[in-house]
Amino acid sequence: MTKPYTIIIGLEVHVQLLTRTKLFCRCSTKFGAPPNTQTCQVCIGMPGTLPVMNREAFKLALKTAVALNCEIADFTKWDRKQYYYPDLPKGYQISQYDLPFSHDGWLEIGDPKDRFERKKIGIIRAHLEEDAGKSMHDEVAGQADSRIDLNRAGTPLLEIVSQPDMRSALEAKAYLSELKLLLTYLGVSDCNMQEGSLRVDANINLHVDTPEGKVATPIVEVKNMNSFRAVERAMEYEAGRHYQVWQQTHQRLGDVPKQTRGWDDVANVTRGQRHKEESSDYRYFPDPDLVPVCVSEAQISEARKSLGELPAALRTRLENTHGIKPYDSDVLVSAGRGLVDYFVELAELSGDGKLASNWVQQDVMRTLNEQKIEIDQFRLQPTQLCELLKAIQDGQIDTGRAREVFIEMVASGKSAGEVMEAQGIEKVDESELVELCQELIAANPKIVADIRSGKQQAAGNLIGQAKKKNPNVNPGRLREIVLDLVGKM
Amino acid sequence: MSLTREEVEKVSLLGRLQLTSAELDLMTAQMGQIVAYVESLAELNTADVEPMAHALDVSNVFASDELRPSLERAAALANAPHHDREFYLVPAVLGE
Amino acid sequence: MSLVRLSATELLAQLTAGQITSVHLTEAYLGQIKRHDPQVKAFLRVDTQRALDRAAEIDKRRREGRPLGRLAGLPVAIKDLLCTQGEPTTCASRILENFKPPYDATVIARLKAADAVLIGKTNMDEFAMGGSTENSAFQKTANPWDLERIPGGSSGGSAACVAAGMAPMSVGSDTGGSIRQPAGLCGVTGLKPTYGRVSRYGLVAFASSLDQIGPLARTAEDTALLLEVLAGHDPLDSTSVDLPVPKYSATVKQPLKNLRLGLVREHFGEGLDGEVEAAVRQAVAVYESLGATIKDISLPHGKYGVATYYIIAPCEASSNLARYDGVHYGHRTDEKKMAAAIAAQRSTLEAAGKHVEAEALDNPLVRMYRQSRAEGFGPEVKRRIMLGTYALSAGYYDAYYLKALKVRRLIRRDYDQAFGQVDLIAGPVTATTAFKLGEKVDDPLAMYLVDLYTVSANLAGIGGIAFPCGFSEGGLPIGLQLQAPPFEEERLLRAACMFQRATDWHQRWPSMVPA
Ligand SMILES: [Zn+2]
Repeated sequence: MTKPYTIIIGLEVHVQLLTRTKLFCRCSTKFGAPPNTQTCQVCIGMPGTLPVMNREAFKLALKTAVALNCEIADFTKWDRKQYYYPDLPKGYQISQYDLPFSHDGWLEIGDPKDRFERKKIGIIRAHLEEDAGKSMHDEVAGQADSRIDLNRAGTPLLEIVSQPDMRSALEAKAYLSELKLLLTYLGVSDCNMQEGSLRVDANINLHVDTPEGKVATPIVEVKNMNSFRAVERAMEYEAGRHYQVWQQTHQRLGDVPKQTRGWDDVANVTRGQRHKEESSDYRYFPDPDLVPVCVSEAQISEARKSLGELPAALRTRLENTHGIKPYDSDVLVSAGRGLVDYFVELAELSGDGKLASNWVQQDVMRTLNEQKIEIDQFRLQPTQLCELLKAIQDGQIDTGRAREVFIEMVASGKSAGEVMEAQGIEKVDESELVELCQELIAANPKIVADIRSGKQQAAGNLIGQAKKKNPNVNPGRLREIVLDLVGKM
Repeated sequence: MSLTREEVEKVSLLGRLQLTSAELDLMTAQMGQIVAYVESLAELNTADVEPMAHALDVSNVFASDELRPSLERAAALANAPHHDREFYLVPAVLGE
Repeated sequence: MSLVRLSATELLAQLTAGQITSVHLTEAYLGQIKRHDPQVKAFLRVDTQRALDRAAEIDKRRREGRPLGRLAGLPVAIKDLLCTQGEPTTCASRILENFKPPYDATVIARLKAADAVLIGKTNMDEFAMGGSTENSAFQKTANPWDLERIPGGSSGGSAACVAAGMAPMSVGSDTGGSIRQPAGLCGVTGLKPTYGRVSRYGLVAFASSLDQIGPLARTAEDTALLLEVLAGHDPLDSTSVDLPVPKYSATVKQPLKNLRLGLVREHFGEGLDGEVEAAVRQAVAVYESLGATIKDISLPHGKYGVATYYIIAPCEASSNLARYDGVHYGHRTDEKKMAAAIAAQRSTLEAAGKHVEAEALDNPLVRMYRQSRAEGFGPEVKRRIMLGTYALSAGYYDAYYLKALKVRRLIRRDYDQAFGQVDLIAGPVTATTAFKLGEKVDDPLAMYLVDLYTVSANLAGIGGIAFPCGFSEGGLPIGLQLQAPPFEEERLLRAACMFQRATDWHQRWPSMVPA
């Protein structure tokens, strides 16, 4: 099972920051507008125009960097990265080169299924830059003109560059999930991959075991991965491909220039991309149109105060306070802050974190999914759902019937009590239950014989019969009474 | 250090200028002359000098995140040499 | 006396008093333009009708007693690198020949708000790159004092039109001397403000960390008036400084007491023309007679100014001009011809068996960029793009650009030290008077060295003013330059005004201006 190599993965993630306006002009960043309707002289890069930094963009970037445990530079500046492309109207992208505003942070990842150990993934740097526009090429390249839409040009992007700390495709995916969750909790990005507000590039190579020790293979950059699943598959594919190439060529890191490959999501392969040598000479230099930014300790602590409870801390709190398992806390926290708040209220009201967790994860989340709504649009308040949970806890209703009641509550908006009453559900008296059991035992000697010979599951038949006679009986309690009575025979 | 014609040709691609053969010759000679002149800076010891990218000592200039109207699309595209009233059009790019 | 010989301040007084109308005044300047601009060629475009309409509107408002702006009814000429909404803004370049910006530069908006009458856009070196206005793609401007000679540059049109009585005031830009040098060579007053004093928003960038917009006029008083309108903080320019604008026009006539004037030792060495030196020394003597003390000072790194400038400016320019790629605005090459040329080249190479070379041909997009830019830019612009691209390319950054930024700091330190001892620095604007058209076109380096006395102020970011202090035997103006610590424009203007009240060099006119 163990492979003769270690996979080394580092990820570069670009996220669009949730500002109203672009990084250097006041055009809208809203997704989906008709082409070239959200542009102005500044983001078209017209002669004479100048950039002015969006305060909110810097604030969101700072907040994210602090949440990623980054060190914040007290002095940062803006550089021009120069290359020609039709969706880059100024002929340069305003970015950060040698003095990014933040560096050297980390993000902790874990696997609720324990397929790898908890670990910290280093963050080399996070910096702010502007996005380019969009180029649309014809299906058959070269047949028609390419079309350029500059609506996206100038949208604020945060580029987060990780250390090459991931050792498997699974870890890469876990890092991305945790990062996305963090950004969502911070409210700095909507992280919508379909709309391009989160984009991932990967750097991968292998450390191959050889008689002379570990040998690093050339690094390959993989692009065009449009989902976390695609990242996972691309990394798995690349690791295999690297090893094959290694076996054929024995090329080491530094032997060949860095290659760029694109992931083909349909064919499940990566393909080499053409790369002109001169195109990587970006001629960075400080943008004379923008002034430096100096960040004070006070601003950093203000950013830290604005973070709120982050996913990792939240998971720990749910586990410690409400006694749920890491797997459950992971599901709840991943479902978002709103759902967590719902769960916490329900757990506190019912006093049973595990029961609350089950109901939220199964019934509530399923309903949200079916109705395609968020938790704040969900019909039942925690207090209402808690009434149902109490009925379960009191043995008034079994889980199966409670589900039916739940569905009716969601549909009608009636309280648990009202639905139960309408459905004739009421708690059956203990003496009534004993009477019913005695009746059934008398009428089914064969089954009783089976039970006595050790086949406890035979009791199920009696419980089924009991429910036909009185649908309100609690099957759990019924089973206890049957076994008790048979045992005394 | 003198510039070669090949270097100048590479720079002309990097700077996206098409130079004729005669222009390349002239450019090589003139750039060589100018570069030789500016290399006089090398005689200064600047080891401990902070570079000065800006002429003024200003930092932290921001604008607030308030929406302003964008240009009408027709106005945005009005100066474009080639457009289809929706998009800017450029020769198709192969393999990029 | 002919109206066009009056100063802007005098004209404004007459306009305010109702002695003349703006229409009348505008017509006078348009008349002078019509008679003499075919020879001088200061203007790329004259907005005759719009200027007259605007003048009439201002006259009407004046008659109705409605509030009017600071320059109400005064014609002003604009260097054609300031964006004017809906009107061509060419930078004297083919690449922007048909460009009409959808917005006004901040200084244009300020001039409009001040009710100035914008009479036209003036000629310049293409993208402000040059010192003679010979690099314009459209025409060569002549010096009104001698039509065989250059007016200086790059704001040659803005200086020439004021010298020739075609406008009382104009707006220029100064990256390495482009206001002061033509002002000096044309015998008018021109001020380069401290970097950050005037908004650059809407100024088509040449070298962003050096560019600064400034006024040209007949007198220090007029210059103060125009600067007052142009200057001020602009939230659209991150490098514009949020400092209050002094009332320059209110204080300009106050002489400076106990003025300490520094003379830069290195400015009076080899290469300085004898007549220029004599005129400058004479001007210094005038200041002395007005109570100034003269101090010998040194700017030891000044001699590296031109070299530093010709690294920093081309680097920034190569980047600023990358946007002219024929995609979103500006000139694009004929694509059909281009496609045919590529096909022909390919088949020639293929036929010769040169498959590798055929494969290495630029793709159509790259070719479109290169061809469009080759057709759109003139030789000097191409030279600077090449220089800047080279200096910023991999492996050279530290040796050129970074080195130049460090020397820039040394140049600034020289000034800081000098201004510890003196209030102003005085010296020549240029080493010689205006040279002949065509004299230096084939020698770029010689042309660059014309900026010797002016570039350091741009590198240091400080302000400077140039104004006439004498004439050569051949009747050509000689300029005096004063430089001041940052944001001391008021000091520059008061010092210039002091001089102009004691002398009459600024009141001389070339023969084409009617008496
Ligand atoms: Zn915009």
